[in-house]
Amino acid sequence: MLGFKIEKRQEPLKWGSFFIFLVALVFSLGVSALLLAIQGKPPVEALFLLWDGAFAHDWALEDTLLKAIPIFLCSLGVAVCFRMQIWNIGAEGQYALGAVGATWVVVTMPEAPFWVLMPLMFVVSAILGGLWAAIPALLREKMGLNEIISTLMFNYIGILFLEFLVYGAWKDPSSFGFPMTIMFPDTAIIGPLFGRIHWGILVCAVSATALTIFLKHTRIGFEIMVSGENPRAARYARMPYSALVVLVMGLCGMLAGWAGLIETSATLNRLQPTIMAGYGFTAIVVAWLARLRITSIAGYSILLAGLRVGVENLQLELMVPASFTGIMQGLILLSVLAGQFFNWYTFQRTKRG
Amino acid sequence: MGIELIIPILAATIQSGTPILYATLGEMLTERSGILNLGVEGMMIIGAFFAFLVSYLTGNPWLAFVCAGVCAGLLGLLHAVVCLVFQGNQVVSGLALTILGVGLADFLGTGYVGITAPGFSPFEVPLLSSIPMLGDIFFKQDALVYLSYFLPFLFWLFMNRTRWGLALGAAGENPAACFAAGLNPVKLRWAGIFFGGLLCGLGGAYLSLAYTHLWTNNMTAGRGWIAVALVIFAFWRPGRAMFGAYLFGGIMAFQLRLQAVGATLPSSLLLMLPYALTVIVLLFSSARGKGRQAPAALGVNIEPGE
Repeated sequence: MLGFKIEKRQEPLKWGSFFIFLVALVFSLGVSALLLAIQGKPPVEALFLLWDGAFAHDWALEDTLLKAIPIFLCSLGVAVCFRMQIWNIGAEGQYALGAVGATWVVVTMPEAPFWVLMPLMFVVSAILGGLWAAIPALLREKMGLNEIISTLMFNYIGILFLEFLVYGAWKDPSSFGFPMTIMFPDTAIIGPLFGRIHWGILVCAVSATALTIFLKHTRIGFEIMVSGENPRAARYARMPYSALVVLVMGLCGMLAGWAGLIETSATLNRLQPTIMAGYGFTAIVVAWLARLRITSIAGYSILLAGLRVGVENLQLELMVPASFTGIMQGLILLSVLAGQFFNWYTFQRTKRG
Repeated sequence: MGIELIIPILAATIQSGTPILYATLGEMLTERSGILNLGVEGMMIIGAFFAFLVSYLTGNPWLAFVCAGVCAGLLGLLHAVVCLVFQGNQVVSGLALTILGVGLADFLGTGYVGITAPGFSPFEVPLLSSIPMLGDIFFKQDALVYLSYFLPFLFWLFMNRTRWGLALGAAGENPAACFAAGLNPVKLRWAGIFFGGLLCGLGGAYLSLAYTHLWTNNMTAGRGWIAVALVIFAFWRPGRAMFGAYLFGGIMAFQLRLQAVGATLPSSLLLMLPYALTVIVLLFSSARGKGRQAPAALGVNIEPGE
């Protein structure tokens, strides 16, 4: 009779994580296609449409890249939080507050020149987004409040606050009752760089570079990385652990806030509730898959953005609802979590009796 | 405010609190077995959808109620596979479960939005409903509410007075000792996840069978997350869970009533109340003390081959 025994590996599997991701992706696509088949939709055609809408044309690639920008910015911060074993799932709310901050600058001084308006938008959205993350961090460190719950509740509150403004004080009087602010003046718009890709992509590049330098070459960055490995050791070495937590969360909020700013200014050119597309949750998936490797974050952001864009194509062609993205993201994350087991463990065949 | 205004609000409080109570007890059961499952929101909404679907197809709300629980429990088993078999991270797995559950319910329910299905309607309990005030608040409800009145007590009885319950608690406190005592903590956790998920699903079912009699997208609206918070607030004890659930039921009923009478406050601000209250309530309960801690092995996986 054959049996199996679980054994721990001496070294983690090389190239394991990407291979695991591929298997997880194939598995998730399979299950998703099966779901479509159950609903009487052609599964093979659906997978083709998914690929076609996400990566197969210039316009598709542009769409994917545009969506990858906010996801990338959110994931950068979330990845640092996860590295420190802080479960910040509030990127969605921080993104909302960033969008609110930027819009606030625009509606207060719409006449200001570009060089005043744009920097102020970045500053205010960084402050609001950062605060929206730093408050839960402070509550966690000072009062022992579980950050998973608080960041999640801050998501709901932040999104409702955005709606409150857009339905109320900031509603464009000429919008026929639709909840949206005025169109941003040209001076408040992040313009195109090449094709439809706007210079928000430069913000990504600069943020990622700055973050890498900060984490690898500064003392505080070193302390953050150490605290991530072992919070107890960090405290023992007299590192200001609590301050680091607040700083990391604040940074994450800032980056997510900028994602909100870029999405408002470059994509919609105004603030409206549709801006809440769930990028903050996709960022969690990306951050977990990529850990803190910047290139991986970029790669997975593009892949998951592609999934979203592909599903939009499915929506048009096969009337598949947008929530299909959620199913695929959930499945990918679950199967990657399960697959990561094989990074460290292996099944050994054992002969019995 | 006159008494004739307060009593309907209190009766509505019980109604709004009931789904949260089911879900809180569900998550509490899972956490007592040592597993943190953040998929409550996902399991609740799956419960809500399948309750609606089965009731719509068969016309039998009781069957729908049971099916909702089983479906949510089965979804929960994905968490069990990831965490118990493959040693996955419990926080991330639970989040993934919520993302998946919310997406799945929305995907499957697209064609049914706004359609009604038979459900549970309030009826008066003989004698008890004629008690002044209390009768109006507690005993003119639907069957699922009456069932929920017994749940916290049954939960307590199960955890403290039965062999299975004590074993389940041991798996959450000290799996190694549990194993040494000849029990299998992994199997116990499988049960904790399934039956906890089942209760969460029943909470969701309440929303589509009794609270309303129809299906709409995003029906749970964060109630699952409030339940996760309430488990901490309740110090993992069923009695306090009941108190917490009705506290939130109260704020939701109050908020709805204010919207109904056309208060000058915009609805988005009123809708913030339950979420803001969650943070505030948790702040007051974050003090640690005897009998207030989480199960000792909560969130820690049992490594294979020990």
